[in-house]
Order: sequence, then C-alpha cells, then structure tokens
Amino acid sequence: MYIYDEYDHNILRERIAQFRAQTGRFLDGDLKPEEFLPLRLQNGLYVQRLAPMLRINVPYGMINSTQLRRLAHIARHYDKGYCHVTTRQNIQFNWPDLTEVPDILAELAEVQMHGTQSSGNCIRNTTSDPFAGVAEDEQVDPRPYCEIIRQWSSFHPEFAFLPRKFKIAVTGSASDRAAVHVHDIGLEVLKNEAGETGFRVYVGGGLGRTPVIGSLIREFLPEEHLLSYLEAILRIYNQSGRRDNKYKARIKILVKAVTAEVFAAQVEQEWNHLKDGYTRLTREEIERARSFFTSPDYQTLDGKAAQADVDDQALQNVGFAKWLRRNVRGHRIPGYAAVTLSLKPTGVAPGDITDTQLERIADLADEFSFGEARTTHEQNIVLADVRKSDLFALWQKADTFGFATANIGTLTDIICCPGGDFCSLANAKSIPIAEAIQRQFDDLDYVYDLGDLNLNISGCMNACGHHHVGHIGILGVDKKGEEFYQVQLGGSSSNDTSLGDVLGPSFSAADMPVVIQKLIDVFISNRTDEELFIDTYRRIGAAPFKERVYAKAH
Amino acid sequence: MPKLIKDGVITPNEWTLLEKPEGDAASQEVPAGKVIVPLTVWQAQKETLQQRNDIGVWLDSGELASELGDDAKSLPLVAVHFPLFMDGRGFSTARLLRERFGFTGELRAIGYFLRDQLCYLRRCGVNAFEFTHNEISLEDALESLNDFTEYYQASVDQPLPLFRRRH
Ligand code: HEM
Ligand code: SF4
Repeated sequence: MYIYDEYDHNILRERIAQFRAQTGRFLDGDLKPEEFLPLRLQNGLYVQRLAPMLRINVPYGMINSTQLRRLAHIARHYDKGYCHVTTRQNIQFNWPDLTEVPDILAELAEVQMHGTQSSGNCIRNTTSDPFAGVAEDEQVDPRPYCEIIRQWSSFHPEFAFLPRKFKIAVTGSASDRAAVHVHDIGLEVLKNEAGETGFRVYVGGGLGRTPVIGSLIREFLPEEHLLSYLEAILRIYNQSGRRDNKYKARIKILVKAVTAEVFAAQVEQEWNHLKDGYTRLTREEIERARSFFTSPDYQTLDGKAAQADVDDQALQNVGFAKWLRRNVRGHRIPGYAAVTLSLKPTGVAPGDITDTQLERIADLADEFSFGEARTTHEQNIVLADVRKSDLFALWQKADTFGFATANIGTLTDIICCPGGDFCSLANAKSIPIAEAIQRQFDDLDYVYDLGDLNLNISGCMNACGHHHVGHIGILGVDKKGEEFYQVQLGGSSSNDTSLGDVLGPSFSAADMPVVIQKLIDVFISNRTDEELFIDTYRRIGAAPFKERVYAKAH
Repeated sequence: MPKLIKDGVITPNEWTLLEKPEGDAASQEVPAGKVIVPLTVWQAQKETLQQRNDIGVWLDSGELASELGDDAKSLPLVAVHFPLFMDGRGFSTARLLRERFGFTGELRAIGYFLRDQLCYLRRCGVNAFEFTHNEISLEDALESLNDFTEYYQASVDQPLPLFRRRH
C-alpha cells in the first residue's frame, strides 16, 4: 500500500489548515454560502436532506487496519455509529456536524486519509479493481498508476473548477471489474506485443441522466505518457466542455457533440505539446510507485494440499461450502484466496457498516490478510490475501460479525444508493426496496441457482446506484408526488458493457418484489442450462418479460 | 486609486479596463493612458494599438489563449476574466499564455473569483489579482496566496513535478 512521506503529509496538512480557515470564515459570515459551496465540496462535504454528508476517499479502494479503526472512531465519536461504502469505493458519513468537519479531516490525515476532491467539479478519487494485485487474470497491477494519478490530480491547480465532476477508473485484468466503460476516463493497463506497458484509453463514459458508454480514443498509450495524456484530455474538456447547462456539462456530452474521432484528434494535438515536458513519467517514478504495491510476505504453500483440505471442510459443512462458492475467489499465489465480506445481509442498508464492524474488519485484516482490506464498487469489503488454510476460521469469525452472508454476485448482493432516506435529490427511497427484494428472495439456494445476477437501485436519475448497468436496474421516479419505480433490463458494467432497456410503465413500491419475482420466473422458464440472466435476456429480448409483468389479471 | 494584489503585495492599479464594445470593435475609441482592451478591440485595431506600449488585452472566459497567441509576447499585460468563480477556463488560459505563448508580462485575473483560488491561479502563472466584482479585503486575501507551499504537479511556478524532485 502507498505510504505517505513528508511531502504528502505536508500537502495534506496545508489542505486541512486551508479548509479550517474557510469553514471559520463561512461560520463568521465572511464567506457566502454559494462561495463556500465549491470549497466544502472539494473537501468532501455535501449538505443533505437531514444533515451534512462527508465523503472520504479510499484511493482505489485500498485501506489498512489502522485506517479502518480510525473510521470506526470517527463513526462513533462524530457520527451516529455507522458509515456507508459507496459505488466508487469511498466511505460516507451521514451525520457529521459542520463545525467538527475540520477536526474529522485532521484525524483522518493522521492516518493518511482525506476527503479532498471527493465531490465537486474536479477530478475525483480514481477507482480500480478490488482484486488488483491478486487476480489470476491480471495483466498489470493497476494500483501504481492509480497512485500516480491520485498525486497528479490532487490539488491540480488547473483542473479544480471543471465544467463538471470527473471520474477516472483503471483496470489491469482481462475481465473488467472497475466499470471503466462508464467513467469519464477509463484506462486499461496492459502489455503490448513488445512487452511494453501502456494504456488503452476510453473517454466519455458515464451514467447519470444521460448514460453513455465510453469511446476508445487510443489503443496504446505508453506508460510514461500517462499524465501528459490525461492533462491533454482534461485541458480540452476544461476549455470546451459546456458550462451553460449543468446537465450537459459532463465530458460525455462534449465527446458526443464533436464525435470521438475529432475529440481524439484534439487530444492528440494538445498532447503533442505536452508529451515531452517534465510531466512525462520517469522510470524511477514508475518504479517508486510500484515499490509500494509489491507482494506481501506470502508463504510458500502447497496449493493442491491446501485446496484439498478446504474441500474436505466444505464437505462437512454446507454453510461453509456455500460461502466458499460465492464469497471466495482464486488468487495468483498457490495456497491463497481472496475473500469478499458481504455488506448485504437482509435488513441492513446495502453498504452500511457500523463502528464495531469496522473494527472487526480491521481485526480480520490483521489476523488473516496482512492488515489490508479493499472496498468494492459493489459496496462490499475484500480481504485479498487469505491463506486457504485460514478460510474456515475466517468464515466462522465473519459469520459471528455478520459479514458471511454468502450472496456475493447474486440477486441479493444489491447495489443501492442512499436514496430518499438520506439524499435530498432523491425521487424515491431505495433502501426499503432493496430490503423488500432481499426478503422476497430469502431462500439462498434458490438465489444460487440463478447464478450471477446484478440488481442495482438508484433513487433518481443521477444514477449513484448504477441502475443503467444492472442486469436488472431499478430507478426511483416521482409521479405527482408519489414514489414509483421504473425497471430496466439488460445492463452490464463488465467488458461487454451495455445500458439497460426500460421495461415499461413504472410500479409502486409495494409491487416491486412481485415484479422482480415475475422477471425471475420468466428467466427460469427460458434459461438454458446454466445460462445467466443477462445472457437469457440478450437472447430472448424484452418481450417475454414485458408480457408477464404487464399481463392483465383476468 | 483602486488597489490590487501584484507579485504578492498590495499596489495601486494603474490600468483602466475597457468594457466589450456594444458595437463595432474597430470603431471603439481607446483612450490614452494604460488601458486593457477586450480581445475583439485588439484584433480589430492591432495595427494602431501595437504602436503603443501602454495597451493590455483581456480575454473573456470563452476566449482561448491561442486567439491572442504570439501577440501576447509583445504585450505588457494580459488579463483573464472570470465571469464567475465556478468558471475555471481561465486557469487553462493562464497556463497556456505562460507556457505555450511565452508571455512574461503581468498576467492579471479580473472579475468574480475567490481569494481561495489565489494559490491555484498563482500556480497557473497569474501574478496580479484585481477583484473587480466582489468587495474583498486585499490584506486578508494575501493570506490565501500561499495556501500551499508544496505541490505534486508541474505548473508555471514550479515546472518540475514533485516526482522529479523527490528523489
Ligand atoms: C447522499 C448524497 C449524494 C448526492 C447528493 C449525490 C449526487 C449525485 C449527483 C448529482 C450525481 C449525478 C452527477 C452527474 O450526472 O453529473 C451523482 C452521480 C453518482 N453518484 Fe452520487 N450522490 C450522493 C451519494 C452517492 C452515494 C452514496 C454513492 C454510492 C453509493 C454515489 C455514487 C455516485 C456515482 C457512482 C455516480 C456516477 C454516475 C455517473 O457516472 O454519472 N453517490 N451523484
Ligand atoms: S441516485 Fe439520486 S437519490 Fe440516489 S444518492 Fe444519487 S442523487 Fe441521491
């Protein structure tokens, strides 16, 4: 994991001093609310329906046990004892007191955390694959590049007042687990035939009210040019992105307007001026960034024997077997596995986590995974480096603490935004809908038979819950002051990214569990063998689903 | 005389700002003395204005540095207008004027920007700040000029990114 040096600490200390002074001026009435707005947003502070909301960056999802314990302390001391993992791998507190925010940020800075640029019209936290560094299908570890981007984008003087927010995601694996096609910039780090490292660059993806899949603008960007190329993209966007209409201000609208080809040419032209400047990465810098993401002290283990033991344990314990199947995945090192702790037990807001749970995760990370954990954009937690021989013990503890719901990747592992319970932009609540659906599908074996199935819920068209890219997506809409839900089918955020199609007229909250049940029924009666929902949908189309759901009762 | 911040100190403002003309830029009268003219007026009257050494040019936020281009080199002053502090186009304009078009004179921010933006503006090459829109204490504003003393990225004030200085 990246470790701050004196430079990083100094910069962050200066930032906190700056924000403390700004908050003071605001409270004294010397700074108008509309002037304070961009300043507080760039420190992670929203003003919400019930209270402020503070968003803390978890850079590319990497977090250590010390940081987890500090978050627990903050949840307990400054908030109501819990926080929330977001779809961009960050942590949100829902009830901080504005006057205490500078103190919270100072406490976080001590453990190398911050809310800098977690909101506002600037470059946000760079997200990545939660299995980076351990995935079996990884080509290049994306994290050193994420860290390079983090530093470059932090307090960037030219790009702090962009037309709109700007999100970057990086993946380094054959299968995309970072949703790079729906980011403002999506980067795939890979090796070319000559063995050189570089990036495939996508631009102009995004969700929100106008969902767009990103366009490929460069097939291979040599790694040393990463920052100058990003700088070129951002500069074009800063100068040409629309500022007259906030709903048309994202880079996706600009790319669409000028076409991806023209945009690529503009970037290329700008980049030609920049590429050989000082911003060009040096070998030493790339190596320095890499040096923080070396392998932990893995033991040399007999992978086969370890697996055989786990298989034995699984035979004797059905619960463990199920957990293994859904929540545990392979690892590039023999004898190790990556474990996902589920934050989606029925009855808890998806992604919510209490102060005590944070501490338990810290303990589990210390005991089983070299003191590190990762947040995922599906709103769960990963322990990436667990010895297979420890899996059983880990499972038992995780079960006691409430993280062992064996539902990762299934219908009940719902991605869900805070919605109307917290968010002032919401058209409808989303958390109760998630819970109602989880209750409808309370038979885990039934859920397993359905296989991988992503169900995503957003409380409004801002799409924080990624509803466009759920195999099933649910969107809260407002009809004459009443909460309704529109259903979309066929979305995906993987390599085959697609945006869901709207099924038809929306439904009331009470109808939702039954509607989802009907969709699943159609899937079951049409699927072949082990076919997944998304594949069945792509094969048979929307008509059979529509028919069933909108059939008139006779 | 109204004041502004220049090179880190509060100094009298010797320049007059000429608004964008309603009508034809070519027939806009440019008074004597130190005047900052709109880009359109500069372009329309370049031949004559070039004869003077007391003409500056201001760029609106939608006007790119390249529209002034190499002309910048011969000017004592270029101003970048911020119609609203949320409009960050001027940050790019400033950098380009300095880094691509070799402008070495006074680079002035004008319009509605915040003292909280001073440090970033300075980093982008702006060395003078005239708050034409908001009432602001320049003494207080000075404090924000150096909110940061260390930076990750290259910019005008520090062309070497931290990674080239760190080792
Ligand atoms: C509760 C306070 C929140 C507010 C006020 C808020 C506001 C917004 C808005 C206005 C947008 C649309 C931006 C646009 O179209 O340009 C947006 C997008 C987004 N939000 Fe939130 N959000 C909140 C919480 C969250 C949470 C909790 C998550 C994660 C669970 C989240 C994740 C996202 C994501 C991933 C997008 C991106 C979609 C895109 O690419 O445009 N937000 N949010
Ligand atoms: S999708 Fe809408 S309701 Fe949900 S958190 Fe985002 S802005 Fe709020």
